Amino acid sequence: MAQPIRKPTRLEPWQDPDAVPYVRIDKVTKRFGDFVAVDDVSLNIYRGEFFALLGGSGSGKTTLLRMLAGFETPSEGRIFIDGVDMSGIPPYERPVNMMFQSYALFPHMSVEQNVAFGLKQDGVPRAEIRERVAEMLDMVQLGRFAKRRPHQLSGGQRQRVALARSLVKRPKLLLLDEPLGALDRRLRERTQFELVNIQEKLGVTFVVVTHDQEEAMTMSTRIAVMNQGYIQQVGTPSEIYEYPNSKFVAEFIGSVNMFEGRVVEDEPDHVLVRSEEAGCDLYINHGVPAPLGTQVWVAVRPEKIALSKEPPPAAADGRNVTRGVVREIAYLGDMSIYLVELAGGKTVRVTMPNVTRRTELPVTWEDEVYLSWRPFAGVVLNQ
Amino acid sequence: MKRFGFLAWALWFGYAFLYVPIGLLILYSFNDSRLVTVWGGFSTRWYGELMRNDQLIDAALLSLRIAASSATFAVVLGTMAGLAMVRFGRFRGRTLFGGMITAPLVMPEVITGLSLLLLFVAMEQLVGWPAGRGVTTITIAHTTFSMAYVAVIVQSRLVSLDESLEEAAMDLGARPAKVFFVITLPIIAPAIVSGWLLAFTLSLDDLVIASFVSGPGSTTLPMVIFSSVKFGVSPQINALATIIVLVVATGIFIASLLMARQEKQRQRDEQMALQGG
Amino acid sequence: MSREGFAAGDDRTSAGPPAAPADAPTGRGSAVAAVLRRVGLSGRRVVVAVPYLWLLLFFLIPFLIVFRISFSEALIAQPPYSALLEWLEDPDFGELKLQITLTLTSYLRLFDDSLYIVAYLSSVKMAFISTVLCLLIGYPMAYAIAQARPSLRGPLMMLVVLPFWTSFLIRVYAWIGILKANGIVSNALAALGLVDEHFEILYSDIAVYIGITYTYLPFMILPLYATLERMDRSLLEAAADLGCRPWKAFLTVTLPLSVPGIIAGSLLVFIPAVGEFVIPELLGGPDTLMIGRVLWNEFFANRDWPVASAVAIALLMFLVVPIMVFQYVQGRQQDAEARR
Repeated sequence: MAQPIRKPTRLEPWQDPDAVPYVRIDKVTKRFGDFVAVDDVSLNIYRGEFFALLGGSGSGKTTLLRMLAGFETPSEGRIFIDGVDMSGIPPYERPVNMMFQSYALFPHMSVEQNVAFGLKQDGVPRAEIRERVAEMLDMVQLGRFAKRRPHQLSGGQRQRVALARSLVKRPKLLLLDEPLGALDRRLRERTQFELVNIQEKLGVTFVVVTHDQEEAMTMSTRIAVMNQGYIQQVGTPSEIYEYPNSKFVAEFIGSVNMFEGRVVEDEPDHVLVRSEEAGCDLYINHGVPAPLGTQVWVAVRPEKIALSKEPPPAAADGRNVTRGVVREIAYLGDMSIYLVELAGGKTVRVTMPNVTRRTELPVTWEDEVYLSWRPFAGVVLNQ
Repeated sequence: MKRFGFLAWALWFGYAFLYVPIGLLILYSFNDSRLVTVWGGFSTRWYGELMRNDQLIDAALLSLRIAASSATFAVVLGTMAGLAMVRFGRFRGRTLFGGMITAPLVMPEVITGLSLLLLFVAMEQLVGWPAGRGVTTITIAHTTFSMAYVAVIVQSRLVSLDESLEEAAMDLGARPAKVFFVITLPIIAPAIVSGWLLAFTLSLDDLVIASFVSGPGSTTLPMVIFSSVKFGVSPQINALATIIVLVVATGIFIASLLMARQEKQRQRDEQMALQGG
Repeated sequence: MSREGFAAGDDRTSAGPPAAPADAPTGRGSAVAAVLRRVGLSGRRVVVAVPYLWLLLFFLIPFLIVFRISFSEALIAQPPYSALLEWLEDPDFGELKLQITLTLTSYLRLFDDSLYIVAYLSSVKMAFISTVLCLLIGYPMAYAIAQARPSLRGPLMMLVVLPFWTSFLIRVYAWIGILKANGIVSNALAALGLVDEHFEILYSDIAVYIGITYTYLPFMILPLYATLERMDRSLLEAAADLGCRPWKAFLTVTLPLSVPGIIAGSLLVFIPAVGEFVIPELLGGPDTLMIGRVLWNEFFANRDWPVASAVAIALLMFLVVPIMVFQYVQGRQQDAEARR
């Protein structure tokens, strides 16, 4: 899958033990009756971050966001923003603004009035309001639509009005609830980059909720993957993708092949896993905290597997090499997906870029093929 | 579609059933004969007599006054009730509250009327207010049963109103009361207006409850109509009915014209949104 | 400062919301709000309390009074019933004692005199027949409107609702001229030689059926149309695609799915029709017994308030079940809408 990486221009404060978190979520739990929506979540977010809360529906990501905005009160735990405890502070007194999934543009006000609304509440002088609103609308390239009503705008324009409205107050923290969810695919891609540019330009800390892993990976500095109210893993997009810490994360982000097996060799610099399912021994060049004999899963991403009709040169030791029959091929243009059935019956997914024209397809249906991958490709997972 | 034959027939029958009696009423209001069903030539004399009927005109003015004030109270109370039901989540006594809001919709009028009268009598004995029955008691009674209608209308409008609009306003720094007046109220205004009109009509139309809780000197229009109709047909009532139908039809016609224009405007706007991207 | 904030945060032991720190940002007017909050008077509370108290005072308490008076004795006095509560001086102790006297006289009369039972049963019968008539006329209309072109649906529905905005009394009155002897119907039938011109439908049960059906028809069509219009058109297409004939598709798909609308509409007609007074009074004959009329007469003609109250309570008992069904259906519909 596509995996753009952020420009490594900025500091990475989460690696600095002395850095002071800008938003601190401290053991927060939220219950609705018997249902636990957010379960003992602790999280630090640093100034200037573009932080994504990623999860399926019911994972608690939106509830967590709404607690940051002040629409829900934590049942337990506290939230600090810029060092201030937010308990008991209503939404209208928080230095936080939110961009809603539905955009929540006031239908009875013009674009200009929508953007000015927040400043008016703060009693900002008229002249200043006019200036700041104009500036904001220019930034999102909506200057000439200032007098229009929301229903006279296209989806993409509405999204930009919502963004301008939530940014005009210069909040310490901007919360975005599925900001691109209502846009079509092409517009979504363009807007992703726009959002990142605006965020970098203004230096505002963003927390974005999304269920779309591609969106999270494209835009964010770090991602927290949530599941059933818990945080499963926090890390940069590449950490999450390359080193998932659980079966859930590995399967949630991108696609993955899981091989079940048993640890037979456990050295500081490598592990060997014997897997019936894979039909070969799996060699991974990093250690794991798992004693010999433990049942583990080895995750291998489809794009890290090489497919060939000839035995690969490194196949001599029989590790990370297995054989199967091509059952399905899906041609996606830029690449193709192959589903290969191993001798043991397991189906493995392999993706290969289409470097040649389709007519010269190297591998075809019912071909016997070798699957191989490098020692760094696999990740050992306990759960 | 062949089946539409039956449906169209049913539709025409239904509309005929609804409108033929009203049409005949209007037709015979221009009948010169006192005998309503015998055509005695065209005449507007009943309209003239209607205009000179002071008792009826006084009653009509009283009814309009009561209807306007009770509709206004009903809108305030009903909006509050609807807001509480939809936006306040759970609160103590919510079930009872919800029951009290919907029950007046289906309560037989004789029961509502009787119970309110007994309340007013008991209150007068206990606290001396309201002294006697009249405009005040009719207004209270009408407010009570029409606020239920307003509450239901406001409730259903609020349910379909995206709650994040109100959250967004709060997020941008508006306090709850301000959110209500600046965001919620303008958006649900059409529902509130139709609630007011409904409450107004219900009050203007009510005979049974008003008969129970009215006193000497507070005879409303329906009470006058009722007592004159009870002894058979009266051409003056036909004339009055024609005027009422005319006013209502004109009002609704204008309202639907405005709505149609708004709809056209909205479609043009959406077109513009698509092109102007 | 932020460091201290964290330290304080870590010391937290109780789960309750801790007090806002002194350096929390305070908006304008929050001091006033804080004071109001301390005395327990938030705007939110006022919004609930005002209509709540109003309904308690003018809706619930009146019923309790009706209930109480139904157990009182009728007196020739002002007001014409024995006192609700009495303070008696106890001769032994010289103290005041509260005495509540209850009599079942009024209820016994409801059972003794067959008039009441017959009136209840006849009310239910008349309301039921009128409801069925409304359904028979209203369902095809609602269905036809829901099937019409979208641009036509609004105006067609408006035509259904329009009579409702004119006076109810006048719409009932319109039928007097039509149904009376020498009226439009009898003249027309006489001209055909079927009856003589003294033929009269007015002042009979049939006139009451017509009157109730006529005035309550919009209440039947509105909820029916709402459910029918909401129905997914592709369901019928799917049924047709699977080989179902239109008539059968209607019976097996449309009709079952419109049951909530049928229930809501029927109750909306049935419940008020049971207690109807004006229509039987104006269109019914002297022997058209309906309970609303009986109550009215007990109250205004006989001035027997306790019996009128007992009649009202008994009528309410009759209606409790349909009213509760109606509220249940209404609540479910609202929940469904909220979820959409």
